Amino acid sequence: MEAFQLAIAERVAEQHRHHGKSQFFVVWGALLLMTAIEVYLTYQNMQPVRMLTILMGLSLIKAALIIGYFMHMKYEVSQMKWLTMCSLVACLALMMIFFPDAWRIITLGVK
Amino acid sequence: MADATLTHDLPAAYEPSLFGTYSKKIGMWLFLLSDSLTFGALLYAYSYGRISTPNWPTPFHSESIVNATVMTAFLLTSSLTMVLAVRASVQGDGKAQRLWLLATMACGLGFVILHGREWSKLISEGLTLPVFPHMPGSETTGEFVNVAKTVPQFPATFFGLTGMHMLHVTLGVVYLGVVALRRKFIPILLVLWLAAWLGTPAYSPFHYGAHILLLAAIVCSIVLWLKPKVYDSSDVEVAGLYWHFVDLVWMFIFPLVYLMSAKIL
Repeated sequence: MEAFQLAIAERVAEQHRHHGKSQFFVVWGALLLMTAIEVYLTYQNMQPVRMLTILMGLSLIKAALIIGYFMHMKYEVSQMKWLTMCSLVACLALMMIFFPDAWRIITLGVK
Repeated sequence: MADATLTHDLPAAYEPSLFGTYSKKIGMWLFLLSDSLTFGALLYAYSYGRISTPNWPTPFHSESIVNATVMTAFLLTSSLTMVLAVRASVQGDGKAQRLWLLATMACGLGFVILHGREWSKLISEGLTLPVFPHMPGSETTGEFVNVAKTVPQFPATFFGLTGMHMLHVTLGVVYLGVVALRRKFIPILLVLWLAAWLGTPAYSPFHYGAHILLLAAIVCSIVLWLKPKVYDSSDVEVAGLYWHFVDLVWMFIFPLVYLMSAKIL
C-alpha cells in the first residue's frame, strides 16, 4: 500500500477509535424515542399543518443524527461537510418551486 | 509532434485525494447525493398530489401504523448493527464484522417481508395500480376500491415511492451479502429468488418482482468473477454509507406517507 493511502486508512481508523460503542447505542436510542414520539403525536388529533411541521422537524433531527454519527459526516473535513450538504439542500429547495402550483390548483379549483 | 513522457517517482507526485479521504467513499457520497434527489423528487410528487387533491385518503388503520413502526425499528436497528460491523472491520475483527453484517441483512430482510405483507394487504383491499396483475375478487369487495378509482394519485405515488425504497433495501441486502460472504452468497441469493418467485401467487407483483434477485445474482456473479477480492474495512464503510442512506430516506417516508395518512377513528 502506498504511503498516501496508508495515511488515509490510518486517519479513518483514528476516527473510529474516537467514538466508542456507547455513542452508537445512545444515537440508536434517541432515534427510536423520536419515532415513538412521532407515532404518539399521530393520534393526538392535531391540526394537519402543525403535525406536519413537528413530524418534519423530528425527521430532520433524525436525519442529522444518522448523517452525523452513523455516516461519520461529523468526523469528515469541513469542506466535505459544507459542499455536500449545502448542494443537497439547495437542490431540494429548488424543487419546492412546484408547491405554489399545487396550492393554485386546490384554491382555484382548476381541473 | 514529440511524445511527452510523464514520470511519477513518488506517491506525493499524484494529485492529493479530494477531501483527504479515499476515492471509493467520495464516489459513494456522490451517488448518494444524486439518489437523494431521486427520492426528493418522489417525496415532492407525493406531497404535490396531497396538496392539490381534495379528499386525500387516509387508509392506514392502526394495524398498518404498528406494522410500519416495527419496520422503522428494524431499519434503525440495522443501522446500529451496520456501524458495529464497520467498527469491527476497522479493528480487524473479521468474525465480528461478518456477524454484524449478517445481523444487518436479517433486519433488512425483516423490513422487506413486513413491507411486502403490507403491500399485499392493501392490494387485496383494492388499492392497486393498473400495471399490477389482477387479483381475483379485489375489485368488488375491497375497502379501497373507490380510492383507486377516485384518487389514482394516491396509489401511484404511494407504490412508486415505497416501491423505489423497497428496491433500494433489497439491493442493499444483496450488497451487504456480497461484502460479507462474497461468492458463497450467490447460491443463497438464488435460493432467495426461487423462494420469492415460487412462494408468491401469480397475481402478486412480488411474483414478478422476485426476478430482481435473479438479475442481482447474475450481476454479482460477473462482478465477483471479474474482480475476486477480500473486502477490507474501506469497502465495509462504503457499503455502510449506502445502508444508512436507505434508513435515512425511510425517516421521511414513514411520517409523510404513513403517519400523515393514518385513519383516526
